Amino acid sequence: MASVTIDDVRKSFGQVEVLHGVSVAIDEGEFVVLVGPSGCGKSTLLRMLAGLENITSGRILIGDKVVNKLPPKERDIAMVFQNYALYPHLTVAENMGFSLKLNGVSKAEISERVKPAAEILGLANLLDRYPRQLSGGQRQRVAMGRAIVRDPQVFLFDEPLSNLDAKLRVSMRTEIKNLHNRLTTTTVYVTHDQIEAMTMADKIVVMNDGRVEQIGAPLDLYDNPANLFVAGFIGSPAMNMIQGALAGASFAASDGQALPVPSRLPDGAAAGPLVYGIRPEGIALGGDIPLTVEVTEPTGSETYVAGQMGGAPVTCVFRERVAAKPGEVINISIDPGAVHLFDAASGTRLTAAG
Amino acid sequence: MAMTDRPQDEAEPRGGIWSRFIESRNGLGFLFMLPAAVFLLCFLTYPLGLGVWLGFTDTKIGRPGIFVGLENYAWLFDDPVFWLSVFNTMVYTFVASVLKFGLGLWLALLLNRHLPAKNFFRAIILLPWVVPTVLSALAFWWIFDSQFSIISWVLMKWGLIDAPINFLGDPWNARWSVIAANVWRGIPFVAISLLAGLQTIPQSLNEAAAIDGATPWQRFTKVTLPLLTPIIAVVMTFSVLFTFTDFQLIYVLTRGGPVNATHLMATLSFQRAIPGGQLGEGAAIAVAMIPFLLAAILFSFFGLQRRKWQQGGSD
Repeated sequence: MASVTIDDVRKSFGQVEVLHGVSVAIDEGEFVVLVGPSGCGKSTLLRMLAGLENITSGRILIGDKVVNKLPPKERDIAMVFQNYALYPHLTVAENMGFSLKLNGVSKAEISERVKPAAEILGLANLLDRYPRQLSGGQRQRVAMGRAIVRDPQVFLFDEPLSNLDAKLRVSMRTEIKNLHNRLTTTTVYVTHDQIEAMTMADKIVVMNDGRVEQIGAPLDLYDNPANLFVAGFIGSPAMNMIQGALAGASFAASDGQALPVPSRLPDGAAAGPLVYGIRPEGIALGGDIPLTVEVTEPTGSETYVAGQMGGAPVTCVFRERVAAKPGEVINISIDPGAVHLFDAASGTRLTAAG
Repeated sequence: MAMTDRPQDEAEPRGGIWSRFIESRNGLGFLFMLPAAVFLLCFLTYPLGLGVWLGFTDTKIGRPGIFVGLENYAWLFDDPVFWLSVFNTMVYTFVASVLKFGLGLWLALLLNRHLPAKNFFRAIILLPWVVPTVLSALAFWWIFDSQFSIISWVLMKWGLIDAPINFLGDPWNARWSVIAANVWRGIPFVAISLLAGLQTIPQSLNEAAAIDGATPWQRFTKVTLPLLTPIIAVVMTFSVLFTFTDFQLIYVLTRGGPVNATHLMATLSFQRAIPGGQLGEGAAIAVAMIPFLLAAILFSFFGLQRRKWQQGGSD
């Protein structure tokens, strides 16, 4: 186990800079998820951590050792690839013991170390199979087994669940989390799926366009997004954003609709155009704000209602069952405490001082 | 004569039987296969059969022969020139194939890297394969010329030798020279085919191996090479067959000389049959190549068998 420090790391491919100075501190035993839309540089950062890409500038430390120039094999890391990268000509047992064999570990010791890992992952009766004879979920487990057997300082996961079907993804999520609780090895996990990030991470690093947008615990990001990007990226359905500006003690949307604001207004809120952010569950039925219904999606436990309010598309989640028809106008209310105000120009969230 | 079994496929396009025939899966399939079957019968089966038959006769040019049983083969068995050609063919095939494999694999690995102007080099590599054999053989003829050889000239300029090398005049020099020309010509096929094979190996396997602690050499021997074996088996089977039956290169460069030192079975067969007029004997030499070729095919058959890890699973 080791901590990982990423210190002002930059990466250029030719003339194009894809990472513009990323700094992340990862504590020993922490489960950190790098999340962001595709092309944001999260996989590149992971590959730099693994030693598969070189570092243009900045430093990466594993423990207290700078690893910038070290080849992958000397970094004591294990990586699970998106396509699993299992050796097709080796059996499950041979795949899992490959690194030990390369290090000249005796046959007896290899099987001694492969067995418990296989048991943890439920692969014990598949050890003689070849990767081709396994299902997607089993291959995924073998890839994790190969990492576990190494007992490395850091686990790296590169979108490991994106090739699995939705149901398997949910159960593997739990399994990976369980595994981490059991082994407590420092883990860096890359995904584009914010649900994976929210459910698994101790700490989420939200990346966009080669920059870190925000670092924090999952619920912290959910409740206090630093800017419009994080607010829109974390949470599903996404936060509703309405353009407008302050008008006295309320918010005037672009079509003139007045919306409630927190009693303690953040500093500088009155200065210029704002974006009004409210999560779908911050909206309740009954009140004096009209919402024109477009689509109603009952899921059983909740009802999603999509419509127009204040000149912007809005999604609400109601615990009650709503039977509104398209075009119908329903009245809603907004919890002022759940409202976020963003500066429209910079996108940063305005917070009340002290 | 093989044409006689061609059925009346230009029959009237009307009528119940015909339309039922053309709409049935087997009937239509038969019709589609017919051209290929006729082609194979005329140009493959018939010449092969005729060749085998000629080997059992004493046919000469201008005189139809009679069946003489194994007489040609018995005669060849006692013919030192025939055995010399068998020896030459074995040496030629073995040395050239090993060199082509080694150099071809090396080239393929180089071309698989991120080189500048990669596509340009890949195209260039194909040149020896694209140029007509006779043309490249003529070029080699000049390179190996006893007086005007550029190799001798360069070595003499450097002061390494003081007389031109007699490339094609000395038996072993000639053997190595034709092998060199054959290797030059055969490398592109091996290199490009193996390159195609290399490109089917996902990059992530190499990366995974690097993280697992494999050195570049271990990555090659433990990941790349095992995954490449199926392609190597196919490519080398073809390469061995091409080399074993080579004719053009030898015929232009040495005509089997000096003193039969570079006669391969294919060139000797032609030499005896056409310029020598002994069709039966030439055919017998050609037929004698079949066991060797069959051995090569069997070798590849077992080499080509899908390995256990290639077999599909239940999913």
